[in-house]
Amino acid sequence: MAVIDIRNLEVGFDTPEGKVQAVNGINLSVDRGECIGIVGESGSGKSQTFMAAMGLLARNGTARGEILFQGEQILGLGSRALNRIRGNAMSMIFQDPMTALTPHLRIGDQLTEVLTTHKGLGKRAAAARAVAMLEQVRIPEPARRMRQYPHELSGGMRQRVMIAMALLCEPELLIADEPTTALDVTVQAQVLSLMRDLKDRLNTALVLITHDLGVVAGLADRVMVMYAGLVVEEGPVETIFTDPRHPYTQGLLNSMPRIDRAGEERLTAIPGQPPNLQRLPSGCAFRPRCAYAFERCEQERPELEDIAPGRRKACHRERLEAVS
Amino acid sequence: MGSYALRRLIGVVPTLLVIITVAFFMIRVAPGGPFDIERTLPPEIEANIKAAYDLDKPLVVQYIKYLGGVLTGDFGPSYKYKDFTVAELIGAGFPVSLKLGASAMLIALVLGVTLGTVAALRQNSALDYAVMTVAMTGIALPNFVIAPLLALVFGIYLSLLPVAGWSDGGMADMVLPVTAMALPYIAYIARLTRGSMIEVLRSNFIRTARAKGLPEHRVVTKHALRAALLPVVSFLGPATAGIITGSVVIEQIFQVPGIGRYFVQGALNRDYTLVMGVVIFYATLIMVLNLVVDLLYAVLDPRVRYK
Amino acid sequence: MTNGTQAPDMAPPVRGRSLWQDALRRLSHNRAAVAAVVVLALVVLLAVVGPWIAPHAYDELYFDHVAIGPDLDAGFLFGTDTVGRDLFVRTLMGARISILVALAATSVSLLIGILYGAIAGFVGGRVDNLMMRFVDIMYALPFMFFVIILMVVFGRNIVLMFLALGAVEWLTMARIVRGQTLTLKNREFVEAAVASGVTRPRIILRHIIPNLLGPVAVYITLTIPQVILVESFLSFLGLGVQEPLTSLGVLISEGADEMETAPWMLIFPATVLATMLFCFNFIGDGVRDALDPKDR
Repeated sequence: MAVIDIRNLEVGFDTPEGKVQAVNGINLSVDRGECIGIVGESGSGKSQTFMAAMGLLARNGTARGEILFQGEQILGLGSRALNRIRGNAMSMIFQDPMTALTPHLRIGDQLTEVLTTHKGLGKRAAAARAVAMLEQVRIPEPARRMRQYPHELSGGMRQRVMIAMALLCEPELLIADEPTTALDVTVQAQVLSLMRDLKDRLNTALVLITHDLGVVAGLADRVMVMYAGLVVEEGPVETIFTDPRHPYTQGLLNSMPRIDRAGEERLTAIPGQPPNLQRLPSGCAFRPRCAYAFERCEQERPELEDIAPGRRKACHRERLEAVS
Repeated sequence: MGSYALRRLIGVVPTLLVIITVAFFMIRVAPGGPFDIERTLPPEIEANIKAAYDLDKPLVVQYIKYLGGVLTGDFGPSYKYKDFTVAELIGAGFPVSLKLGASAMLIALVLGVTLGTVAALRQNSALDYAVMTVAMTGIALPNFVIAPLLALVFGIYLSLLPVAGWSDGGMADMVLPVTAMALPYIAYIARLTRGSMIEVLRSNFIRTARAKGLPEHRVVTKHALRAALLPVVSFLGPATAGIITGSVVIEQIFQVPGIGRYFVQGALNRDYTLVMGVVIFYATLIMVLNLVVDLLYAVLDPRVRYK
Repeated sequence: MTNGTQAPDMAPPVRGRSLWQDALRRLSHNRAAVAAVVVLALVVLLAVVGPWIAPHAYDELYFDHVAIGPDLDAGFLFGTDTVGRDLFVRTLMGARISILVALAATSVSLLIGILYGAIAGFVGGRVDNLMMRFVDIMYALPFMFFVIILMVVFGRNIVLMFLALGAVEWLTMARIVRGQTLTLKNREFVEAAVASGVTRPRIILRHIIPNLLGPVAVYITLTIPQVILVESFLSFLGLGVQEPLTSLGVLISEGADEMETAPWMLIFPATVLATMLFCFNFIGDGVRDALDPKDR
């Protein structure tokens, strides 16, 4: 059974300018020990999908569809029921470690409260577990860190604390939303290798949300590419990189420097702007930016279809070869 | 932390010196002394009185003498209440003023923070609008309007409470003055708390706390409240000064024998030593309380603690 | 290239105007603020022209109508006070004085505050440090007590009251202006002016002060009610406006003394004062939200 199984999820926000549809009916599931990378530009709905799962949508947000966590529908649960799962069997790491920790509470306090809440541990036992977890995420002098406040730690250090916090209860599912975006490049590499180790050791299902294909390449087993609240392509990580089938995926890859193709071709950006979610174009949402678009793309929205075992795409073009 | 407190305490000294100096010279250059206004006295008696109050010495000597007195808690004799020193009058009035002011402050804090938090948690609900409307009223109505209206309604029309007076300083005597003093500050603190609580509840660390699966009441009390209280704590300094100033008029209206009442009587009778004594006493009090507030801020926010 | 060098110089005025239009549009959508403006305008109009067109003079004594309640037949809309003066015209007169004092004191505080703050912010360095240190010290003073001493020492004089109130209210203004000046100082258009050899006083006058209008507008709407409040407070204690002139504070004080026998003497002036303060508060909130929408 999948750890998490999302079916036909739609997420919308009521704004003064009208309703904004952030997620337009997506399906995905993640198995134990698997790492799935969710890739897309900002506004593609990749974060909001999992905010809905965590019950953390903004006040003006509504979600419809099904989110099954270990077979149980958790979408629409009240915060009291969700709190059995959040931080316990399912936890999440956020993008900005600088502001994600409560400034007036000691690191130790913020870590141990997870254990006292979910596992009913006493203060002392919880502190011992927290120190052990800080050690696992390679924080030096963990006992001293426990007594410090967030502002006394560097950004990379704080993100490790966030990771430790998320892993304290040995969750079935860990959702990492742009975990390295706010960090220096060298620190990024350290945090990523740490996450790879932990995933292998704990056999946790991992969802990695990012706009950076490079992050996905080193960590994910499977990749889903999202555009305008829809999944446009999905497949094992190697095939996505070597043989992209959707024009958007191809565009993302072409805009990324790669060692294996050094000198072969120039980097090209995807033309145009990310779509306005209030006024999506008819047919395929990517059409206005697509070099391969033809009439049908304007009339009919492409469905996500199987193209090979484990591979799916949502595009009317059979193959991507240069037109014009 | 300790050295920070000490440095701040030392910083208070020059400010106090400025206050004493300004107050002293302002009063000494005043046209007309306290004894000219009644009837003209025979010159030798006037000279005697002036000598008794040191008014015949050069200004600088008077100043230094006064400064020395202030340092030892001696503000000189009252011009008006001739049998008392200013220090004695302050000593008699302060317990009463303190009782009123501290009660008002405490009530304002507890009610203001509670109402503001509740309004923020139920943002845009009927309850929120109700609290904010009442708060607007409390802010727009000055205490010298609220006070007589309260006395009119509860004292005269409903006859529930004494209109004024301070027979023994019991509960019944306290209710109206304390209410009149506290209302504007309840209102202000409620608005302040609501605003900052709404801001804090949107912040990233609250999202983290919720993602951890903490119960909502823990998220609010442990993670949000302390951060949301920071602007309220900053407001405590001005609020203290405001409550002290307000006590002047409240004590006058309800005929409470506190420092404020002496002050107004002193001002109306040109009792300069009394007026100056009260100003210096209250200025010191306000500055010490400001210092306490700053230290409290440092306790609540570890980021400023080590700077 | 030409465009590039012109843009910084051109940008501020254009942005400034659209900012004001935006703010005005937002303000006109704020129903509470619009209602407050209308009510306040009515009160001010009445206060200004009322005493001239009212049937009674504010200091005329009617010995056969002493302390009567509101009586339309006798022409006393708000009743009369304990010596038989028409309370309606006295209340309007009081409102007029209160508004006058507020406007005068606010202007004084604006003048001092803007000049002080702009100089401190613009000159910077040690001068700035010293000037702001002085403001900090002044802030720590219980200024109300000082105003009271001033009134006691120099007599209860209305012009002095303008000056005293203005002289204590400028501190906040100076802080705001200094902060704004500091941020503006480093913006391109001021740098461009400096680079092209414009003199300092000219820069302060032509470039910095116009850009301060937003915060100043907010400040004015908050200071006027503040001054009205302080003036009433002083008058209430008997330290402000003196007979035969009157102000809302004086009237409320007299009303409070007579509230057992003549409650209208308290209720009418108190209502007028509260209405004015309410309106100013709503307008102040509205102006702040309109100029800084993210603040909501």
